[in-house]
Amino acid sequence: MPQRILVLFAHPAYRRSRANAALRDVARQVEGVTLHDLYDAYPDFLIDVEQEQALLLRHDVIVFQHPIYWYSCPAILKEWQDLVLEHGFAYGHAGTALAGKSMLSAVTAGGTETAYGPEGLNRHGLADFLRPFEATARLCRMRWLEPFFVHGTHLLDADALARQAAAYRRRLEALRDAATAALPEEG
Amino acid sequence: MEGGFLAQAFVYLAAAVLAVPVAQRLGLGSVLGYLLAGVAIGPFGLRLAGDAEAALHVAEFGVVMMLFLVGLELQPARLWALRGPVLGAGGLQVGLTAAAVAGIGLLLGFDWHMAVAAGLILAMSSTAIALQILTERGLLRTAGGETAFAVLLFQDVAVIPILTVLPLLALAPAAGEAAAQAHAHGWIDTLPPWGQALAVAGAVTGVVVGGRLLTRPAFRLIAGTQLREIFTASALLLVVGITLLMQAVGLSPALGAFLAGVVLADSEFRHELEGDIEPFKGLLLGLFFLSVGAGIDFAQVAAAPLAVAGLVLLLVAVKAAVLVGMGLAARRPRPEILLTAMLLSQGGEFAFVLLAFAVQNGVLPQAEAGLMVSVVALSMATTPLLMLAYGRLAERLSAHDLPPEPDAIEPQGSVVIAGFGRFGQIVGRLLLAHGHAVTVLDHDMETIESLRRFGFRVFYGDASRLDLLQAAGAAEAAVIVVATDAPETTDRIVGTARRHFPQAQVLARARDRSHAYALTEAGAHLVVRETFGSALETGVEALRRLGLPAYEAERAGRLFRRHDLRTMQRLAPMRGDDTRYSLAVREASAQLLRVLERDRERARRATDEGWDTAGLVAEARQRADRHEAVASDAAGSAPGGDGREPEP
Repeated sequence: MPQRILVLFAHPAYRRSRANAALRDVARQVEGVTLHDLYDAYPDFLIDVEQEQALLLRHDVIVFQHPIYWYSCPAILKEWQDLVLEHGFAYGHAGTALAGKSMLSAVTAGGTETAYGPEGLNRHGLADFLRPFEATARLCRMRWLEPFFVHGTHLLDADALARQAAAYRRRLEALRDAATAALPEEG
Repeated sequence: MEGGFLAQAFVYLAAAVLAVPVAQRLGLGSVLGYLLAGVAIGPFGLRLAGDAEAALHVAEFGVVMMLFLVGLELQPARLWALRGPVLGAGGLQVGLTAAAVAGIGLLLGFDWHMAVAAGLILAMSSTAIALQILTERGLLRTAGGETAFAVLLFQDVAVIPILTVLPLLALAPAAGEAAAQAHAHGWIDTLPPWGQALAVAGAVTGVVVGGRLLTRPAFRLIAGTQLREIFTASALLLVVGITLLMQAVGLSPALGAFLAGVVLADSEFRHELEGDIEPFKGLLLGLFFLSVGAGIDFAQVAAAPLAVAGLVLLLVAVKAAVLVGMGLAARRPRPEILLTAMLLSQGGEFAFVLLAFAVQNGVLPQAEAGLMVSVVALSMATTPLLMLAYGRLAERLSAHDLPPEPDAIEPQGSVVIAGFGRFGQIVGRLLLAHGHAVTVLDHDMETIESLRRFGFRVFYGDASRLDLLQAAGAAEAAVIVVATDAPETTDRIVGTARRHFPQAQVLARARDRSHAYALTEAGAHLVVRETFGSALETGVEALRRLGLPAYEAERAGRLFRRHDLRTMQRLAPMRGDDTRYSLAVREASAQLLRVLERDRERARRATDEGWDTAGLVAEARQRADRHEAVASDAAGSAPGGDGREPEP
């Protein structure tokens, strides 16, 4: 049975972002993927917790797709975590609703891979900055998948962008078509 | 069949009513329908039309009205914005075409005076035909359509200098004077030349100054009477008056009307005037095409069929070739070039006026002028046929062509706001501040007066009229906001907008809940109850003053709003059934209590205790016992502190 993928997309103005617009298009096109644009669904930030939880229950793989803002996610995705991942639902003794599902971070960063290297401006790699998400997945008893990175979006030309989009498409399709057991346990 | 006026009116109207729908159905367009109907009732058809020339004379008034309307569309600012294409494309088209036609005339052995005159006259294209086709096919906003419009506009203006230049080309001044004498029809001819010049200048100044200073207060007064037919009558009176004035001083009435139109283009009455004149223009233009059809002299054509056919083809080919050359030089996409070339390849209605003028002034002999009238009329009939071919050709061309440039779309979707009272003004201010083109319709003179002082583009008129909405650009608008006060008016406008402007999102102001249902049924895309937002805001402020923290009060208000909107949607189908409806309403308010309670509970847990309740601490300890190594790492960060990281 194909895995049902939910892409939680968070970009406050994706039309001004080439990389995120391209990845968003991919997520919209791949069959079996539900694209959920948080800024579009909740322009007032009034997240409907019941609805979001029901949506999570209907999917097997949860993707956080967003640009890196201040070494983390855009505000609405944080608000989403604060409200939707409730005690008793997502974590805690009785909070097993997400157990066994998988989580993937698909993020874009303006800085290059060098900038996110030990000698670079940011000192740490993107994977390090995603530790809070990794910990969240673990607390919710979810599998943390190898993140999907797009580095250096400011410098990507059209060809490189198309290659990244194709890679993202392959990644989503592979996740969809993989049997649950075959999903990599760790990144 | 001569008959009286009514019999003639019957013949013309019947021909139009029978032929035009058939032509439309066959995909020939209305212009060709009129022309064919004209031929059918003309002296070479059923001989039903009386004096086609007299009819043409009446119908030329349709062209005057059309130019008045074109003028109304062109505020000085828009005219300025179009200056590039108008002067560039228009100037080139007229110049090159005139030169090409004159060159051919010289090759055919005509005198250079005549050749130049013919060139200038035949460079004109038919505004009536081209605009009609563009509107009918919805091509006015495409890049090709805009170029065609710019060229036509230049031609309309170019008529003035051409009228001035033509007399200088007179073959024999004596003949010209004789003609002028023969056509002397007013006191103006008795004046000395300087007096005539003075009269002309006076008339033009009169139109401009009078338009600015006199017509506005006059229209304001008339609008105040709320009598629609009097407003229509005064609009007609204005156009007829200008025509008479222009004729009296020997200027083109069409030009005077154009001038009057431009003068009134940024007045608040623009759309109401357009709406009033439009039907008359439509009828008279129809009559114009009919009489052109009836007036084609098939005797002359029959005498030299090949020569006439050759001249028609030559004219169309030359005019199209000039436009194709210009298009290729400007590297426009090929389908666009094809459109402008075919659209502007005919002779224009101004040619008839200019030809008559040229004969009067002894520039062209009667015989040649008559031949040219037939050629121009026949060339007009070729355009609808060419446009039939255009559809297929354009498809094939764009398949071969490089990816076509997107049509020039206006950068922002335009907005029409109907009703600009307390409600519409707030909508309008937000949209204007965001840089959108907003056209506003209101029927209250006082509102309009005060708002125009703040720089709003507000127009006078009853927004429930279809023609007025059309004139305000509703057919191109992305959004129509119906913000009128009276529910019946709002219902009418929403219905009209949904039927006739399917491309627009219709946002409507509802008096109350039941009106909101009615508007949703009428097809409005979004319905907003007029007092809902501000009442809710007041409620939130009241909650705050009762001690609820600002953030929680705000959330309560927004949850209330979401719940209320969803309930409205859910209850819509039960509206007719009183018992079910009231039950459902009661159920919904109980539900609202639960929603708000649940949100309060959630907020309390998340902020006060969610993360470090005793149960959670115990859970963490249990797990820590199981994984001792991890537990010893996590000992320093035991739950508490910021409380958000109870490490497993």
